[in-house]
Amino acid sequence: MSHLLATNKYHGMAVKKFFNIFLNFLTIVHGMAEMFGRSLVYSFFKPFYLRDTLDQMYRIGVKSLSIVLMTSTFTGLVLALQFGHEMAVYGAKMYTGSVLGVAIVRELGPVIISLVVAGRVGAGITAELGSMTVTEQIDAMRALGTNPYKKLAARRFIALTIMLPLLVAIGDLCSMIGGWVVSVSTLGISTDFYWTLAIRYLEFSDIFAGLLKPLIFGMMISTIACYLGFNVKGGTKGVGEATTQAVVLSSILIFVLDFLITKVTLGAI
Amino acid sequence: MKQKDGIIRLEDVQKSFSDKKVLNGVDLCVHKGETLVILGRSGCGKSVTLKILLGLLRADSGIVIIDGQDISRMSEKNLFEVRRMFGMLFQGSALFDSLTVGENVAYALTEFSHKSRGEIAEIVRQNLLFVEMGGSENLMPSELSGGMKKRVALARAMAYQPRIMLYDEPTTGLDPITATTINALIRKTQKQHNVTSIVVTHELDSGFSVADRVAVMDNGKILEIGTIQEIKASKNEFVQTFIAGPK
Repeated sequence: MSHLLATNKYHGMAVKKFFNIFLNFLTIVHGMAEMFGRSLVYSFFKPFYLRDTLDQMYRIGVKSLSIVLMTSTFTGLVLALQFGHEMAVYGAKMYTGSVLGVAIVRELGPVIISLVVAGRVGAGITAELGSMTVTEQIDAMRALGTNPYKKLAARRFIALTIMLPLLVAIGDLCSMIGGWVVSVSTLGISTDFYWTLAIRYLEFSDIFAGLLKPLIFGMMISTIACYLGFNVKGGTKGVGEATTQAVVLSSILIFVLDFLITKVTLGAI
Repeated sequence: MKQKDGIIRLEDVQKSFSDKKVLNGVDLCVHKGETLVILGRSGCGKSVTLKILLGLLRADSGIVIIDGQDISRMSEKNLFEVRRMFGMLFQGSALFDSLTVGENVAYALTEFSHKSRGEIAEIVRQNLLFVEMGGSENLMPSELSGGMKKRVALARAMAYQPRIMLYDEPTTGLDPITATTINALIRKTQKQHNVTSIVVTHELDSGFSVADRVAVMDNGKILEIGTIQEIKASKNEFVQTFIAGPK
């Protein structure tokens, strides 16, 4: 009898624990959906905080340029070496440019650059807003009559949504240039042949998907980073934890959304 | 004066965080132009009461009346309008650390007023002079001491000429001389600008030096409210222990 009671009690605790985890998950999903909605809606309503928006575009876009240029150029260099080496086995080395173009524009450029930006910018946004939360600066802003979702979250949302596709476009170009350098110097492909094939095999759907992805990733990174920043608990330790969570969650969702967008765009176009 | 005359009125306000009940039926009335000090131990619900008054937190139940408007069920959009009646001095000052002292003080004016840059600069100068921080416009908050930060935060709160000032532990963590300066500024603010003030603190000397009336709070309830003399003469055991210290 006592054994049965203990088993029931154990099951009851397990159910309660599972219920609490599920409830927390729903709270987070609801909070993020609310943050996304607020950021999106407030982007179209006055005041527009033009100076703050431009400042964020500079911090998110221009200041990420160097790391984007480096990572994307080296991605292009490495991919060209790999593709060239493998395709040479089948005598198709000269098609390196075409394969590289589609792979980078459609898939690798958006994903790699978004991961880099999630690490640099997403973490920065969460850390900044989290510090403002624990030092009561967000409360002070509300006390002074300012809507922090409008002044802080919506500005970052706009900046990331505009700047990430631009960064990806620039990064794609750098990757292609990196691929061209290896193709000409190591694989013995002529400049004309490389660029002609790279451009010929690129379709409108590749470019569309390649720019749609960073647009959606930008909104997602901003939503996650702002939500976690605004909801930091537990002082500076909480800021550190939220920053890590922002990077991890954004990175996972980049891959999940990448799959979904690829599935939709391949099916639709 | 009747209970209904207050510019601020709380009736049976309750607030919980998860399973913890922080406010357990707070009733409070603050009259226009007076300084009410809420005394109580750390964690008794003083700061939460201030945040509910400002609409930064929502009460679970009860009524919160500010200047005749019930804000307990007010939308966030309308709350932003009500908040412009208030100025608040936060416990940790809460200065915007990416802005200079001058930009901090000018914040609300830049956001909401239609004043020119020159007019705003003059108001900032006057407010910084009022808190004895003249000429500090270009300093960053990281360059200021704790007392200086509090004074700048007071100047920021006063810049938009609020009708109600809220002070959350204004002298906590400050040396006695700086604490006296802050207390003097609280009195000066009330006298010169005729603002209604609520000060929450656990420091008796500080509280008594600025109060017109005192409320003693414990376990999320107001135990006693009255003038300093009435509080000192209170028969309530907790109030006596809090004032005289444990025997």
